[in-house]
Amino acid sequence: MNLFGEAFGWILDPANWQGSSSIGGAILLHLYYTFVSVLVASAIAIPVGYLIGHTGRGREVAVAISGAARALPSFGLILLLVLVLGVTRTAVGAFIAFVILGIPSILAGAYSGLQAIDRRTVDAARAVGMSEWQILTKVEIPLGLPLLVGGLRSAVLQIVATVALAGYVNLGGLGFFIVQGIPLRDYSQILGGAILIIVLAFLLDAVFGLLANAVRPKGLDTRKTRSRASRPAAAVDTPTT
Amino acid sequence: MIEFRDVVKQFPDGTVAVDGFSLQIPAREITVLVGSSGSGKTTLMRMINRMVDPTSGVIEIDGQDVATIEPVKLRRSIGYVMQNSGLLPHRKVVDNIATVPLLNGVPKREARERALALMDTVGLDRHMAERYPSQLSGGQQQRVGVARGLAVDPNILLMDEPFGAVDPIVRDELQQEVLRLQRELGKTIVFVTHDIDEAFLLGDRVVILEPGGRIVQVGAPEQILANPANDFVRTFVGADRGKRRLSVREVEGRRIVVDADGHPAGVLDESAGANAGVGGAGAGGS
Repeated sequence: MNLFGEAFGWILDPANWQGSSSIGGAILLHLYYTFVSVLVASAIAIPVGYLIGHTGRGREVAVAISGAARALPSFGLILLLVLVLGVTRTAVGAFIAFVILGIPSILAGAYSGLQAIDRRTVDAARAVGMSEWQILTKVEIPLGLPLLVGGLRSAVLQIVATVALAGYVNLGGLGFFIVQGIPLRDYSQILGGAILIIVLAFLLDAVFGLLANAVRPKGLDTRKTRSRASRPAAAVDTPTT
Repeated sequence: MIEFRDVVKQFPDGTVAVDGFSLQIPAREITVLVGSSGSGKTTLMRMINRMVDPTSGVIEIDGQDVATIEPVKLRRSIGYVMQNSGLLPHRKVVDNIATVPLLNGVPKREARERALALMDTVGLDRHMAERYPSQLSGGQQQRVGVARGLAVDPNILLMDEPFGAVDPIVRDELQQEVLRLQRELGKTIVFVTHDIDEAFLLGDRVVILEPGGRIVQVGAPEQILANPANDFVRTFVGADRGKRRLSVREVEGRRIVVDADGHPAGVLDESAGANAGVGGAGAGGS
């Protein structure tokens, strides 16, 4: 029998979409863990990243934190935090781990988005009389948005993959099926769970891909806007011959 | 009037950009600060709108010490045009021009109306209003920069090598545009450049600077040409190379003006002097 066929059979089996450990519930729980973690990580990393990017101070610290945190083994971090906080607060431990893993990419996205802006643009904004807050909100944040979304995108992927490990500490999510399937030697369930995680990751990545396009400031996308903006002008300028 | 009194600027790394600079910049004239790089000319100009604060000394605008004015408020009252236009890349031309009025709380519709009118003033076609800066040529971007500088109708306009990055033909056009604007608007313009020809063309007064912001000579272009203060000025204005020493030579029946190396500089207009005299008399009599 084809293993993948069985795995898809397991995913599509209506019986697995019902009850206390349904696939639908696991997907929702997985998404819930992911988004709450990304939100908390963003609430910490974006202001810090903007502060560093705007002032230019503490850049070395940001680079060091991003680099070091990226090297953290996610499984080890979860187990460590769960052990330290105790089994009664497993969820808190796991959330902290997810947040810690999400921070580096978001921090890097926030501050590099600001760093990448031409200094002369910022200098000019200041020279015409924008306050520091206006420079941040009207110039730096809009221009830095594509890189921030890029950072969020990799954080979401990192966390959605790591939340799979939550199954090991009894928190459910799509990792649960893998953890449950291993002792049962139920390979269709293991592979089915894995496929669902992969599909979820791809979907989220696609959503953020679209979002990245949507937030790109129009003036920077010369090719696209030029053709659009010059069309009416060209119609006026060019005599019909 | 803008007045510098004993202004010193030392940067944190120890560089003394300006060492004891004093100057009065008269109102409603173009004053050009000219010098090579390191002469402190840009630093001096940026001290007027507090983009740089002096280490010591005082800068006054119409008798008021700029140090007592809140920087953001001060900058919004002074037009600023920089090299490479410094436009916001994510905003349309019309919104770029309206930036400061909008910050000051002018209603959006009114600010846009005024921005469109300013596009006429600086010679930009209104159909460019909805474009982004990256869709304009360098010369057009500089015009937008000038329009933005004029948006709050400031008394003072600071221009920091605004035409340094555009090609010579466009630069020539923009320089004439500045002279035309100045005849219409009569602003106090402080213009920074390293190009002595540009300084002589635009300046009512030209301030020649040496490194450290030391003034070598101040005067109208013709005064400086007639009496260069020293060898530095002679070299700087090109008098020593013969570029400025013109003589008349007859070629095929016309009188050609040539420089000391024999390169042609122009054609002598025999009637110009007489016409000017007649015109002057006519104007006086009417």
